[in-house]
Amino acid sequence: MAIVNLSGVRKSYGSLSVLKDVSLAVERGTVVALVGRSGSGKSTLLRCINGLERINAGEIVVDGRRVEQNEATLRALRQEIGIVFQSYNLFPHLTVERNVTLALSLVKKMSTAEGHAIAERVLNQVGLGDKIGAYPEQLSGGQQQRVAIARSLAMSPKVMLFDEVTSALDPELKEEVLRVMEGLAREGMTMILVTHEMDFARRVANEVVFMHQGKIHEQGPPSRLFVEPATPEFRQFISSAIN
Amino acid sequence: MGYTFQFGEVFRYWPLLVEGAINTLLFSAIAMAAGLAVGIGGAVCRNSSNRALRAVAGGYVEIVRNTPLLVQLFLFYFGLPATGLRLSATEAAILALIFNTGAYSTEIVRAGIENVHRSQVEAATSLGLSRTQAFLHVVLLQALERVYPALVSQFILMMLASSIVSAVGAEELTAYGNRIQSENFRSMEVYFVCGAVYLGLTYVMRFVLAFLARFLFPRRRALARA
Amino acid sequence: MRSFNPNDILFLAQAALWTIALSLIAFFGGGIVGAILALWRISTLRVLRMVASGYIQIIQGMPLLIQLFIWYFGLNLLGMDLPALMAAAIALTLYSSAFFAEIWRGSIEAIPKGQWESAASLGLSRFEMLGYVIIPQALRLALPPTVGFMVQIVKNTSLTSLVGFVELARAGQLVNNVTFQPLPVFACVAVIYFSTCFPLSILSRWLERRTHGHRQPVRSA
Ligand SMILES: Nc1ncnc2c1ncn2[C@@H]1O[C@H](COP(=O)(O)OP(=O)(O)OP(=O)(O)O)[C@@H](O)[C@H]1O
Ligand SMILES: [Mg+2]
Repeated sequence: MAIVNLSGVRKSYGSLSVLKDVSLAVERGTVVALVGRSGSGKSTLLRCINGLERINAGEIVVDGRRVEQNEATLRALRQEIGIVFQSYNLFPHLTVERNVTLALSLVKKMSTAEGHAIAERVLNQVGLGDKIGAYPEQLSGGQQQRVAIARSLAMSPKVMLFDEVTSALDPELKEEVLRVMEGLAREGMTMILVTHEMDFARRVANEVVFMHQGKIHEQGPPSRLFVEPATPEFRQFISSAIN
Repeated sequence: MGYTFQFGEVFRYWPLLVEGAINTLLFSAIAMAAGLAVGIGGAVCRNSSNRALRAVAGGYVEIVRNTPLLVQLFLFYFGLPATGLRLSATEAAILALIFNTGAYSTEIVRAGIENVHRSQVEAATSLGLSRTQAFLHVVLLQALERVYPALVSQFILMMLASSIVSAVGAEELTAYGNRIQSENFRSMEVYFVCGAVYLGLTYVMRFVLAFLARFLFPRRRALARA
Repeated sequence: MRSFNPNDILFLAQAALWTIALSLIAFFGGGIVGAILALWRISTLRVLRMVASGYIQIIQGMPLLIQLFIWYFGLNLLGMDLPALMAAAIALTLYSSAFFAEIWRGSIEAIPKGQWESAASLGLSRFEMLGYVIIPQALRLALPPTVGFMVQIVKNTSLTSLVGFVELARAGQLVNNVTFQPLPVFACVAVIYFSTCFPLSILSRWLERRTHGHRQPVRSA
């Protein structure tokens, strides 16, 4: 049974149809890389999965629970789904530790001590145990993004969503973030990631999904897809992505 | 011409001046705290999806900002009793100050809230926080930190403007000044001294509010140290 | 005792003319003094900068009401005629001048340094730079908060009622004293103030939006 299941999902903004009948099943413990040109609907798809966007038709089920637009359902659901954004979106007024523990104390009602222990664990996991007392603006972009990953991890999600988390980073900083993500994948985290890092997708993903004009145009294991792309659109996309 | 200032005639009344200054600070502190609460509520209403709430909050802000505090005070002090609600001068004064500060605070807090990016709310709700939790812990705190200097300026203007409430006999510094000069007939000296005390109070307020900020917004302290 | 009637409204309207007259005095008087102060504030002479800044701090650190009392009783001691009107005009002018000075200094300082530098590289003197390059640009930035401060001026004139000057607020009190109908009387007074101030507020906001992107660090009190 897939942990994330989309069937017949449609989403439009006004008259602009962004997702057109998207169906996708993501198995537990797998890594799915969403690739495609700008505007093809990748971010929208991710945001629909944790209910940040309301879908117009179809159904999304995560861990047996339907994604519905009411606050109680969404709150329960979002504790199971971590999401990391391109622009980090850390809370600038809070320390790194408080960024990580805010939801633990407010949502999971944990004590300060419990929260602190978890914060230490996840921050060590992303290699930032020594930054626990810093404020976001005292960190580099790569460090901030790793804190954002730690913040999601602290909630022990069953699925993690990543939306171009390295796009805003300099090449040297990209690596440290990608390494953390690779570690997560090795530990068996279910991950759906939008990325422009084709090497990373090829190396880490179990499944690559190519989106084109709001539809899944082509999908399969990277070993096959990147070697023999079936459609001219994907072939063209790969060659332009590599250059 | 040939007037000789006799400030000794004023300093004889120093216990009254001290009491007046303390009252002015008390009035201001109450008006600040309650006015900020009104301002936060007002700002939430101004950003509400409910049209009626938005209109009421907007109307409140415009009415307060486009009429004098003195007239607002008269409405509270002379007008409310006509509706059966009798207020003492002090009560009317404090209500008028809260009513007035609340509107200015509404606009300041609203600007702060609008400057917090939507993605902050998305990040918070994505972690499972309720909308209310996201507002209180993420949006509001950031907004207040950002507009704190504007709030401080507003509060100091309000403290100075509170001298107006002496018009209905509320017992703050200016009212005590009026009383002293009616006894010693040294009006010039009395008001010079009162003015100096007010000037001193602005520094006291600036200092206290800056001190408060260190506790309310620990980030500033951390970054200042770095 | 008699009821609040149309004659009273006429009386209030006439008093409102005094409110407007006082506002104009404060606006023009405060504007002239404020402009000089603003230039002093950015002067190359340390003395002028310090004098202007001290003046502004004192004026902005004391309640307008106290300043009014000082002038009112001070002029009385000097045996002046019409002390209420004189005190009102002087106190409002000086009070407004401090705020105008700060608003305009902010506008001048908001002009990018590059403008000064390029003007200097053309060989202009400091006064020519100010007159031909800086001030014309600063005026655009200064306009919205200047209009915004006019709202404060109109409201501030109400304080002159407390030294016995009969303008709108004082007229309201007088009418209330004979009618004992405070709610309609002061509501009417409030409406007259509002209909004077609100258009100015709207104008200020409209100007602000028109010069958008040029948000200034100055506040109009
Ligand atoms: N809130 C919105 N309102 C209106 N249109 C939107 C909104 N969000 C996205 N769109 C549009 O939907 C389409 C898909 O956007 P989406 O962000 O999903 O693309 P993407 O594949 O993530 O692109 P990119 O690689 O540039 O991030 C685009 O045409 C975009 O302009
Ligand atoms: Mg995107």
